[in-house]
Amino acid sequence: MAVVRCAQEWESGAMTSTLPIVQVRDLQKTYGSVEAVRGVSFSIAAGETFALLGPNGAGKSTTIEILEGYRARTGGEVSVLGVDPHRGGLDWKARLGIVLQTSGESGNVTVTEQLRHFAGFYPNPRDVDEVIDAAGLREKATTRISKLSGGQRRRVDVALGIIGRPELLFLDEPTTGFDPEARHQFWDLIRGLKADGTTILLTTHYLDEAAQLGDRAGIIAGGKLIDIGAIDELGGATARVPFVRWRDCNGTLRQERTSNPGQLVAELVAGLNGAEPADLEVIRPSLEDVYLSLVRGAEAAVPGEAAASTRTGRHVSSILADQDLTA
Amino acid sequence: MSATIPGIRPAAKSPSTLALGLSRIGYETRMYFRSPDTVFFTFLFPFLMLGIFTAAFSAGGNLGTNPDGTGGVSVGAYYLPGMLAAGMLLSGVQNLAMDIAGEKSDGTLKRLGGTPLSPIGYFIGKIGQVFVTAVLQAVLLLLVARFALGIDLPAFGERWVVFAWVFLLGVITSAFVGIALSAVPRSGKSATAVVIPIVLVLQFISGVYLQFGMLPTWMQNFASVFPLKWMAQGMRSVFLPDSFAVAEQNGVWDLPWVAAALGIWLVVGLLLSLMTFRWIRRDA
Repeated sequence: MAVVRCAQEWESGAMTSTLPIVQVRDLQKTYGSVEAVRGVSFSIAAGETFALLGPNGAGKSTTIEILEGYRARTGGEVSVLGVDPHRGGLDWKARLGIVLQTSGESGNVTVTEQLRHFAGFYPNPRDVDEVIDAAGLREKATTRISKLSGGQRRRVDVALGIIGRPELLFLDEPTTGFDPEARHQFWDLIRGLKADGTTILLTTHYLDEAAQLGDRAGIIAGGKLIDIGAIDELGGATARVPFVRWRDCNGTLRQERTSNPGQLVAELVAGLNGAEPADLEVIRPSLEDVYLSLVRGAEAAVPGEAAASTRTGRHVSSILADQDLTA
Repeated sequence: MSATIPGIRPAAKSPSTLALGLSRIGYETRMYFRSPDTVFFTFLFPFLMLGIFTAAFSAGGNLGTNPDGTGGVSVGAYYLPGMLAAGMLLSGVQNLAMDIAGEKSDGTLKRLGGTPLSPIGYFIGKIGQVFVTAVLQAVLLLLVARFALGIDLPAFGERWVVFAWVFLLGVITSAFVGIALSAVPRSGKSATAVVIPIVLVLQFISGVYLQFGMLPTWMQNFASVFPLKWMAQGMRSVFLPDSFAVAEQNGVWDLPWVAAALGIWLVVGLLLSLMTFRWIRRDA
């Protein structure tokens, strides 16, 4: 099913009147005998925020670094802003903003100095003071980067990523180490960039972040794209069927999946002659639930790829049910 | 974090490589002086060594005195050219090899590689930083030598012309060799272990710490393969009386060979730099 969805995705991307900002077809990358990326295809339209999700080691960072021009691909076709990243020159780089996953520079330079210096690389940079304010770094503007906390340094990374007024912004796990308030502020910043028309490719381990910011998402596991689509359609309709959970008269925890939870609850209440069912819950799977079921399903489908998984051949929804019952 | 950032995109010209390179020189020079390790082991080290040698050996009287009691120079005056040469080597080779290896491993280069800064602009910044700091170091060394140690410096004239070209050629050669050498360490941490022994051994065998004329011939020949020996020899020709030329390998200052050896190393360093420099380590 995933393969069919990917193919549709590609065609619909190609058919839109404006050319996609990012277009990836059958991307492959091998390191020696290790296949890190095995035939990934997707496209990102202008102004869209696309979230690339997946477990550690799934191939997210390899994919994003190929698009950024850092790594050469083994196979497939890639176009970023109409250019093959492997041949991207300085003019091409001037249109990108890159926030890498890690940064550990010594930072003997203040926030303002660093931003002013980097702004000088670009033909049409944003105003340094505006970016400092937007990134919430006003109070740290004259502090050396080496003296900042991890979360504050991450804000500097993001500020450096947007200082050049990029058309396409890569955010590789941008909010790792942020406290909840900082994450919400960061989301506001990204929404501001989206409103400006910036196209964004985001990787994150926070599913709520993907749900807050992403227009569409792709899920990578084991180097393959296992699903792609609008955030609220990932996993298909079946993955979003709600659960009804209650304790029956014998004290056993029961669970059923149904598209009509209200009707089931009404039947339960009727069966108890109007009494309240014990521990009654109606649960709608969150993006995180859907994501986990997809990833576990993909791992289960290829035994040996995920050491933890022994549940071969089971259907995604039954795994989801298991997981929720044991939770 | 307010969310409003104007998004107008008027067409604008990209900054030129030269302009970016010049802005990098200012940035790099500030970074240099904000790094205490670099300031001590690269910038101040020749001052320290000049002070130690002067204090330790001055009791033995002047060096190179003729039988009639003329022509000798003080210990400080004798070591000054060597320390100037050492400063050129440290400012270029040691500074850049460790600096760039560190930038490679801590992600600085990767970040720069994702911006429209060209490698040439980056090189201009590094070489400019070496040049600015080496000039400051040499000027300060000469001031210390003249006013703190009372060393007589040559009068204005031909010797300062030699000083200028030996210094210029030596510093640029050092910078390229340093960029080339930065490709060798596998990590920023191992850079010290790779670079320091090379630089230290060169200083011992090239006539910086030990009098070159007293070294065995095979060691002199070995040292002649590397640029520091020629920088030190060129500097000695500027600051020591001509009577000291007999202590050189061929009994003369050999300035054409100084120029040739440094020129060859400049080209070798430049080619190796161009061949080995990458924003990130090449992946498999």
